[in-house]
Amino acid sequence: MSKPLLVSLMTALMAGCIMHSRLADAPVGRVDLGRPATAEDIRPWEIDITPDGAGLPPGRGTVPQGAAVYAAKCAKCHGPSGTEGPMDRLVGGRQTLSTATPLKTIGSYWPYATTLYDYIHRAMPFDAPQSLTAEEVYSVTAWLLHQNGIIAEKAVLDAATLPTIQMPNRHGFVPDPRPDVSSP
Amino acid sequence: MRVPGLPARSYGGRSSFESISRSAGDSHSLTPLQDLHGVVTPSSLHFERHHNGVPAIDPSRHRVLVHGLVARPLFFTVDDLQRFPSVSRLAFIECAGNSRDQWGGPYDRTVQELHGLTSTSEWTGVKLLTLLEEAGVAPEGAWLLAEGGDAAGLTRSVPLTGEVLSEAMVCYGQNGEALRPEQGYPVRLLLPGFEGNINVKWLRRLKVGRAPFMTRWETAKYTDLMPDGTAYQFSLVMEAKSVITSPSGGQQLRPGFQEIRGLAWSGRGRIVSVEVTVDGGRSWHPAELQEPVLSKCHTRFRWPWTWNGRETILQSRCVDQTGYRQPTREALIKVRGTHSSYHYHGIQSWKIERDGRVRNIHV
Repeated sequence: MSKPLLVSLMTALMAGCIMHSRLADAPVGRVDLGRPATAEDIRPWEIDITPDGAGLPPGRGTVPQGAAVYAAKCAKCHGPSGTEGPMDRLVGGRQTLSTATPLKTIGSYWPYATTLYDYIHRAMPFDAPQSLTAEEVYSVTAWLLHQNGIIAEKAVLDAATLPTIQMPNRHGFVPDPRPDVSSP
Repeated sequence: MRVPGLPARSYGGRSSFESISRSAGDSHSLTPLQDLHGVVTPSSLHFERHHNGVPAIDPSRHRVLVHGLVARPLFFTVDDLQRFPSVSRLAFIECAGNSRDQWGGPYDRTVQELHGLTSTSEWTGVKLLTLLEEAGVAPEGAWLLAEGGDAAGLTRSVPLTGEVLSEAMVCYGQNGEALRPEQGYPVRLLLPGFEGNINVKWLRRLKVGRAPFMTRWETAKYTDLMPDGTAYQFSLVMEAKSVITSPSGGQQLRPGFQEIRGLAWSGRGRIVSVEVTVDGGRSWHPAELQEPVLSKCHTRFRWPWTWNGRETILQSRCVDQTGYRQPTREALIKVRGTHSSYHYHGIQSWKIERDGRVRNIHV
């Protein structure tokens, strides 16, 4: 069985466990607490970006712009080229996952490029989360993907192109097979 | 005493003679398992792990948004959440990275330093299912994104399985009072038996979707790298584990009576048996399980022993209600290698030296 098929199967199996009857929209048992949230209310809260690109904002970014953003706002923790640290190494590590010294980076390990946008926007820079503009996030994402040899220097990232990027380790994950260790 | 004592006070504290404490770094602190009695971890000693500090959240301004594939998106205040029918239960929470140093080493450390990212509290709140029913989840809703209000804005995808719907809670209480800030004040998610990270603290948003959201915390982190280069994903349950807390690393024994004490727990349910060996595994003895013995909870075990002053090795091993047996370190590493970082639950070995010093070893 192929890994993508396994992943879809896992999703389907987990969905199959749901007790739809208990979750169905039945007014019985509601206690009418809470305030209705309108689409307008929800918009500023809904910052998640999914692998299909849902949630990506307008705007675009390039590798050269990203180099400048990275140098100004990221390099002090992740190193000038993304390989030095001291915090998480972001670049390199390809072909190391099954070796004695695996290096898990964006290029070697992360399965989805969209996760980069989601995470950088919500949580980085560490000392000023959610301070980057959409253009800065697209740009620094582009620079990081380029440094990892995943996109060309001339690539432009936006809501349409980012979800189409195939990450090298896209199919490196398997659904939890545990219990996997047997004992006498 | 022949002098009057102190007057009553409005909020108690411990005796000035007591000093047990967490050992703390910037982003985590460890529970002193070797110093605890019973199974409840005092709130002040519950372990911490956070990914960009502990936020100070005003509960009067806090909201939890439930939206996505629901009929009625809703904002709940903390007061709303407390007005819903409430539930309470004891449950352990263990960080997926607990005991991670044991993949390598052995390091000469204490049980607190090696295994202190696990704690048990009584949690009070509203069932997650109650909130989802209030919002009316669409039939295709299969996963739930839970988001924290800390500076990390930590997000995890929760599969809406039968187990989750019957046990998950949105909690505001811990050991009889409000959650501590380190444990998610004013509101956290509780998924009994699942790795700590998915029990999202400072909870501000629950979004129902069709598929996992593939956040950084369930792709780049909290996935278990195997020797062949693939990684387990959504490895959520914490498997059966036990550890002797007394005697344990760094302690000094004297010959004579020594009750062996420890903790066992499983994310799959109740602990049904614990055995201990005092001769490096040649013979095993059933330990007594001390009440209360509860599902997905620390369970205390005891076995009376007299140390004769000779060098030896102590171990414990447990079995949970599903029949799952805690593996040896060797068996665990044979399958998972030494680079998976998370979910270490191998049998712990303590060596008693001739001089009575207790050391962490691998057998």
